[in-house]
Amino acid sequence: MSDALRTTDAGSGHDAQIGMRFANAAVDTTHGPILYLDGITVSFDGFRALNDLTLTIDDGELRCIIGPNGAGKTTMMDVITGKTRPDSGTAFFGQTIDLTRLTEAEIAQSGIGRKFQKPTVFEQHTVFDNLELAMTADKRARSTLFARLGSTELDRIADTLVLVQLGDAFDRPAGLLSHGQKQWLEIGMLLMQEPRLILLDEPVAGMTDEETMRTAELCLTLAGRHSVVVVEHDMEFVGRIARKVTVLHEGRVLAEGPLDVVSADPRVIEVYLGR
Amino acid sequence: MTVMGAPVASSAPAATPRGSAIQAAAARGIASRPSLSAPTRALFTRRGWAAFVVALVVVTVVLPAANLALPAGHPLHVPDWFVTLAGKIMCYAIVALAMDLIWGFAGILSLGHGLFFALGGYAMGMYLMRSIGREGVYASDLPDFMVFLDWKAYPWYWSFTDHFWYAALLVVLVPGVLAFVFGWFAFRSRIKGVYFSIITQALTYAFMLLFFRNDTGFGGNNGFTDFKRILGFPIAAPETRATLFALTGLALFGALLVGRFVVTSKLGRVLAAIRDAESRVMFCGYNPVHYKLFVWTLSAVMCGIAGALYVPQVGIINPGEMSPANSIEIAIWTAVGGRGTLVGGIVGALLVNGAKSWFTVAFPEFWLFFLGFLFIAVTVFLPGGVVSLFRRRS
Repeated sequence: MSDALRTTDAGSGHDAQIGMRFANAAVDTTHGPILYLDGITVSFDGFRALNDLTLTIDDGELRCIIGPNGAGKTTMMDVITGKTRPDSGTAFFGQTIDLTRLTEAEIAQSGIGRKFQKPTVFEQHTVFDNLELAMTADKRARSTLFARLGSTELDRIADTLVLVQLGDAFDRPAGLLSHGQKQWLEIGMLLMQEPRLILLDEPVAGMTDEETMRTAELCLTLAGRHSVVVVEHDMEFVGRIARKVTVLHEGRVLAEGPLDVVSADPRVIEVYLGR
Repeated sequence: MTVMGAPVASSAPAATPRGSAIQAAAARGIASRPSLSAPTRALFTRRGWAAFVVALVVVTVVLPAANLALPAGHPLHVPDWFVTLAGKIMCYAIVALAMDLIWGFAGILSLGHGLFFALGGYAMGMYLMRSIGREGVYASDLPDFMVFLDWKAYPWYWSFTDHFWYAALLVVLVPGVLAFVFGWFAFRSRIKGVYFSIITQALTYAFMLLFFRNDTGFGGNNGFTDFKRILGFPIAAPETRATLFALTGLALFGALLVGRFVVTSKLGRVLAAIRDAESRVMFCGYNPVHYKLFVWTLSAVMCGIAGALYVPQVGIINPGEMSPANSIEIAIWTAVGGRGTLVGGIVGALLVNGAKSWFTVAFPEFWLFFLGFLFIAVTVFLPGGVVSLFRRRS
């Protein structure tokens, strides 16, 4: 992988073409925020994974979420993506889309993409097929049966292959990729989905320092045209990309603000940073 | 912990000239964008098509002609018993192919596929029973078993079954609708893996008990037999048999074409993705329920058609076809031939059933031991099935 990594000097902003378009005009963000979580509570057998969590993400924002293990970070992502239904509280995507009423697939269609903690790609499929399946399209069964790839779609896949540096591996089964390459493939799949809101669960886990740096750069590039929420333990990585940081603890927001303010907060130091 | 100064945030997309290796790499990449061509997704390779056409001609023309046109003593004469046996095994091959479609490609192991096969067979059997006319033992308009039960008229669900095309419709609709409704509830409730297999097993068992009852109106444990004719042709005549054989061959190759079309389509790749990482598929925006339901129902309909072709050739259908053991055997055919290949299902059904007809004559008491041994041996030593032997060599 490191051979394939090319660190170059500043380049021109050509990335507007690399497959990041606003596909989901239906999301109404006229009031600013793209995601509202209000009073979300989730209990598993009496254990409150989320406890009256209230959180707002602005359109185009890059938000880092940190917190000790069991703080509810992954559960929060599960609620946003429809995997877990909250016991109480509301979750809205834009002004109008009630996330607690939609299925996982409908939420993904409406413009929320998610990268899992453990890289999940389709291991038996080639890298190319992985990207093809993730690409925005009519994803109903009947249209999928007769779907054919056009040149526009091929170009998008080719561009994403270049972006995630898997151009040479496009016909290899994804299961044969290295851990870092799988992480990148999954990020590439996210981009093919053209989501408005991207959720990254520990995106640099298991990456080399070089790969981590590139991921940080990618996150910064994504912010603005996408809203990005990153859950990460790697504080160096967080420091590299952070603008606004939210600290979760015991299922609720403990502190929120710029990283230097938050990391000076005595409560945060006690529950998280100090340990 | 080093807290670095975070870069200045700006939400204006391209306005910030940010020193970014990615942008540079991307820009350079676009200049040298690899010219990808879509991966070839043909139904068959050229050699595959050649084999397909040759096999199709042999099954639908050469074998029936060699049976009918050549005299019995001729060295190339195909005996009648072979036509019946091969016709029966081709019906099984369709079922094994249908099984591979859902098990090999979508990862859904059904242990109740014998049910759909039997239902198709019963639908065709109803038509064949009514074609007997008054030639039964009791010389009645009703089938013998109804006379025996002292029934005076056909139950409502036998309506119109004297029309071939209505019966043919039932052959498709009954397994199709049952599979759709069952699948809708099972897949929507996210039942998968071994739980799904057990429920399908229970389903076919429940239907077997239902069909064993005389009051159900399908002949109880004797089922349907003593057929006389189909569409006016005497059912035991060599010409009728040869025609049924050729039609079964057509259905088998048709099923192979449909199966290849499905698995080489994008839908086929979504199915395989559901098999390997279902949650990722959902977070990509696909609803797995619809995909599973489509292939599950298609598979059940194929089984129904196979059952409908089986009954006139074998001459009997009874609830034993719905026994759990029968459905498990279907899974063994597919596993032996090789999952996820389609052709493997056909090969497996041919091999296992060919071996079965030899074994049950030569060593009848050892057949089940051999079947069990075969399943274990294939699972341990040849997980890719018999087909993988040929693939490895080439």
